[in-house]
Amino acid sequence: MEEDLPEAPIATTPSDVNHTASWRTFRPVIDLKLCTKCNVCWKFCPDDAIAFDGVGFPVIRLDYCKGCAICAEECKPKAITMVKED
Amino acid sequence: MARLTIPAQELMRSGHSACPGCGATLVMRYLLKGLGERTIVTVPACCWTVIATPFPTTALDVPMLDCAFEATGASISGLRAAADQLGLKDVTIVGFAGDGGTADIGLQALSGMLERRTDGIYLMYDNEAYMNTGVQRSGATPEGAWTTTTPVDEFSRGKLEPKKDIMAIIAAHNPPYAATVNVAFPEDFVKKVEKAKAIHGPRFFHALAPCPPGWRYSSEKTIEVARLATDTNVFPLYEIVDGVYHITRKLGVAKPVREYLQTQGRFSHLDDAEVAKIQAQVDARWKRLLALEGLA
Ligand SMILES: Cc1ncc(C[n+]2csc(CCOP(=O)(O)OP(=O)(O)O)c2C)c(N)n1
Ligand code: SF4
Ligand code: SF4
Ligand code: SF4
Ligand SMILES: [Mg+2]
Repeated sequence: MEEDLPEAPIATTPSDVNHTASWRTFRPVIDLKLCTKCNVCWKFCPDDAIAFDGVGFPVIRLDYCKGCAICAEECKPKAITMVKED
Repeated sequence: MARLTIPAQELMRSGHSACPGCGATLVMRYLLKGLGERTIVTVPACCWTVIATPFPTTALDVPMLDCAFEATGASISGLRAAADQLGLKDVTIVGFAGDGGTADIGLQALSGMLERRTDGIYLMYDNEAYMNTGVQRSGATPEGAWTTTTPVDEFSRGKLEPKKDIMAIIAAHNPPYAATVNVAFPEDFVKKVEKAKAIHGPRFFHALAPCPPGWRYSSEKTIEVARLATDTNVFPLYEIVDGVYHITRKLGVAKPVREYLQTQGRFSHLDDAEVAKIQAQVDARWKRLLALEGLA
């Protein structure tokens, strides 16, 4: 079937080869003492930049986080602080 | 770990090129969570073509076909026919287009797809302007909003005309399913997508997609702005199932529209009289929606 396709650009490389860390001015830092593991930050991240560790705490994937700060804004216990990158 | 309230599977990858805080990105993320991996997406010219495909990369783990700006509805019908020929019965075909590509230039192809009863889903992500080309007004831009083609200066006070009611246009085609969804309510969003997935025939979603640079607010406010849109009745959440309306989020008392408007720079020029006019329009639309629901 592939040979039936007209000649056209086909992109097959997953986009996560692109690191977007350099877009960021502020990085989210999580205070695990305040975190309730509610997953709200994960739910609202537009960059899939939040994963979980083995015990269910969120971990920021800093290669991809663009520093939008939605996670910090939506975290009810205010466990996330945006810290300026040097 | 607390239970996840939406599916864990990510079919949209990191490393895409959306602006920080982009609402349209969350629309795609939630849509694909609801549809799963047996999905083919078709996207016309819009922010999302740029978000997904800095060549040679793709942000989606499902096939995505670019189509011409005005052709999303026809592209859905064509993909459905091809999938049927290949015996791919379990595949969901979904068109994912902006408000300009849907409510304006793609309206004819969309109407055709609905009228042909194509078995597919059309989602319009509504950032309320032609964002990819630099914030030009569309038919879906709300009255009063600043855009680069409806400026705020001594001759102009933003867009003069009201927002086109795409859901009413869809409803006139009497599809088996249509719904509004909002990135601030992901559980409601995914639930509606899962429901639509199980239905056959033409289905439609109107998704609110706040845009930090285009709406002039700072990126962390995307969810707050989106939530206020629904909680002020500016963007009510409802579904239309075989012609029957059902509102899926109702507050006892809606918040004043001003609370929504003041979150965004595109409305910052509005004076009290202009805000009152918008409030009256929102109230009238809500009353009409309640009446439609009452017909059930
Ligand atoms: C026929 C045609 N006309 C104009 C364009 C230029 N164009 C590309 S994207 C775009 C804006 C799309 O607006 P919308 O559908 O609202 O999506 P958004 O960019 O806001 O996500 C325009 C005008 C085009 N690609 N094709
Ligand atoms: S939103 Fe806050 S409390 Fe909830 S998981 Fe994230 S960091 Fe923890
Ligand atoms: S700052 Fe934005 S991109 Fe970074 S983890 Fe938080 S929500 Fe995701
Ligand atoms: S311009 Fe708006 S819709 Fe387009 S990528 Fe940026 S935030 Fe998203
Ligand atoms: Mg748009």
